[in-house]
Amino acid sequence: MELALIGFVGEKFILVGIIFGISLVVAMYSTYAERKVAAFFQDRVGPNRAGPLGILQPLADGAKMFMKEEIIPTRASSLLFIVGPSLAIMTACIGSAVIPWGQPVIIGSDYFDLQVADINVGVLYIFGVVSLGVYGVMIGGWASNNKYSLLGAIRAASQNISYEIAMGLSIIALLMVTGTLSLREIVEQQHGFWHHGYFTWNFFRQPLGFLLFIVCAFAETNRTPFDLPECETELVGGYHTEYSSMKLGFYLFSEYINMFVSSAVMSTLYFGGYNYPGMDYVNATLGGTWGPLVGVGVLFAKIVFFIFFFMWVRWTIPRFRYDQLMDLGWKILIPLAIANIVLTGLFSTFFK
Amino acid sequence: MSLFYFVAFLSILFALLVIFAKNPVHSVLYLILTFFTFTIQYVLLNAQFLAIVNFIVYMGAIMVLFLFVIMLLNLNKDSEPIRSNFIKFAGVIAGGCLLVVIVAAVKALDKSQPVILRQGDLGLVKSLGKVLFNQFLLPFEVSSLLLFSAMVGAVLLATKDKQPSNA
Amino acid sequence: MEPLTSKRKVIESKPLNFLERAYLPAILSGLRITGKHFFRKSVTIRYPEQKREFSENFRGMHSLKRDEEGRERCTACGLCALSCPAEAITMIAAERQPGEEHLYREEKYAAVYEINMLRCIFCGLCEEACPKEAIYLDGDIVPSNYLRKDFIYGKDKLVEEPLNQ
Repeated sequence: MELALIGFVGEKFILVGIIFGISLVVAMYSTYAERKVAAFFQDRVGPNRAGPLGILQPLADGAKMFMKEEIIPTRASSLLFIVGPSLAIMTACIGSAVIPWGQPVIIGSDYFDLQVADINVGVLYIFGVVSLGVYGVMIGGWASNNKYSLLGAIRAASQNISYEIAMGLSIIALLMVTGTLSLREIVEQQHGFWHHGYFTWNFFRQPLGFLLFIVCAFAETNRTPFDLPECETELVGGYHTEYSSMKLGFYLFSEYINMFVSSAVMSTLYFGGYNYPGMDYVNATLGGTWGPLVGVGVLFAKIVFFIFFFMWVRWTIPRFRYDQLMDLGWKILIPLAIANIVLTGLFSTFFK
Repeated sequence: MSLFYFVAFLSILFALLVIFAKNPVHSVLYLILTFFTFTIQYVLLNAQFLAIVNFIVYMGAIMVLFLFVIMLLNLNKDSEPIRSNFIKFAGVIAGGCLLVVIVAAVKALDKSQPVILRQGDLGLVKSLGKVLFNQFLLPFEVSSLLLFSAMVGAVLLATKDKQPSNA
Repeated sequence: MEPLTSKRKVIESKPLNFLERAYLPAILSGLRITGKHFFRKSVTIRYPEQKREFSENFRGMHSLKRDEEGRERCTACGLCALSCPAEAITMIAAERQPGEEHLYREEKYAAVYEINMLRCIFCGLCEEACPKEAIYLDGDIVPSNYLRKDFIYGKDKLVEEPLNQ
């Protein structure tokens, strides 16, 4: 019993370590990808000096961030000034704990679960972590003792709260379809691609819900077109105006980790997670070790696509005006989400 | 059990810090920590749904609004109103009365039985939903109506009266 | 009121129809446009390795020319300095000594010839003023530097490489 427990905890620790490592690397290379993708969208080349094709650019950026002088403004609240970025990066990282990365891998006679915690309120957990994320921005912005930072923080807070409502409502419609809050079960329901004469992926059952969710995800991660908290033209640098060195790095990094996690959540909830057409055949051919790992690869392909989509939108759509942002959130997305819930309810009552 | 006492100690500590913190923003942050300890208590009681709802609603939404308002108010020492001695005196008396009542109430009651969960999964979403939508359907809907009326009232207060347009 | 110009155009601003207000079609067409650009060839020229070709009449760094026998053509007449609108050119003349005929073509030559590249506006008037066809702005772009004094180019940088025979 004791030994099994230790084995269990050790296995989870290793998994957490791997996921942390992967999300950090993905976030690191997202910064590189962001610049490369931006360059491609603008007919440019992008970073190409550090290493072949500029592949070492994130390392150079990281080294720069670490080497820079750390400035804490005199009038800033010194403890909270540090708490802000730490909270931002922490909340960004813990979101990945409930995402099922793949089917259990069988190595020999052992059985490894590729999910850190299969809690039965997984969806709500992610939602909670997301809602916590705004504290990092708010505390940092307030602790800087700077008007622009404060304004950025205030904007972030009101924006996040407004879009959380629409996000929650869009998830409720999804939950009415799936009937469970556990992410593992939601993914299992989307097994394969085609079942009983219809697509199994939730995107095809909840297209409007997905649309609402992705818009809200853009708003929650403070990505363009909703990056008003860091709007340079109006707010200098927004909530991280006063930040320098790695504390600024943490803020920027947390944005990319958030993007990674929300991409993972979107692929898990709506695009079948690690499922892909013909996975049963592949699993039977490759066996219990490599089959699930192919599924992990598929999940990552989906995540990368969503990250690319985030960037694609960033370099396409200009920033919203603040009143337009609020109008969109409260007057369009929330009524649409409620309508979606009602429609889903009617549909599942009368047609199934 | 020792974990319970530790977390309970933390809740009381942070609750006291809410009161004693000079800076209102620090107060709100301590309040957030207090709510976080409540969340841990719910998890310890295996009430995952309540825990996460407490987490989302109180920590994620309501306290953000608190923080939002207090940050905008920019309360600091200069703008703090001067309290007269009379108010301080009245406050001490009121607080003392409350303390007496609480102590008396605690003394009057028997020591409560430690809560024993008859069903371990009482706090999970499925069982909670069944209880809420079968046994307590009417109170649930009535409370939702109550919240709705509060919302309508708030909107009504917030909208300005339309000026009669006499063109 | 009578329009002041015939080019005036009254802009009609119709209220947006439903599709226009719904954002999504506009966003999709925007995504299509940027998506097209994603696959386009980049227009970047990787500068230090690749260089854009200069046009025929490009005016770059000055060079003081030599004649067919490798002698400096400049006779330090000062017309270039006189014509220079930015007053970037200074020179000190000297008399050619016997035995230096293979170095200088004329009897008088510029012992010091300096152009301040920070003042120069690359108008090419010195080129036009020169009676001896001694100065041409046919060089490259003037490279950057850290100190202002390093932008004052003397004869060491300006005079053409001697003919190697």
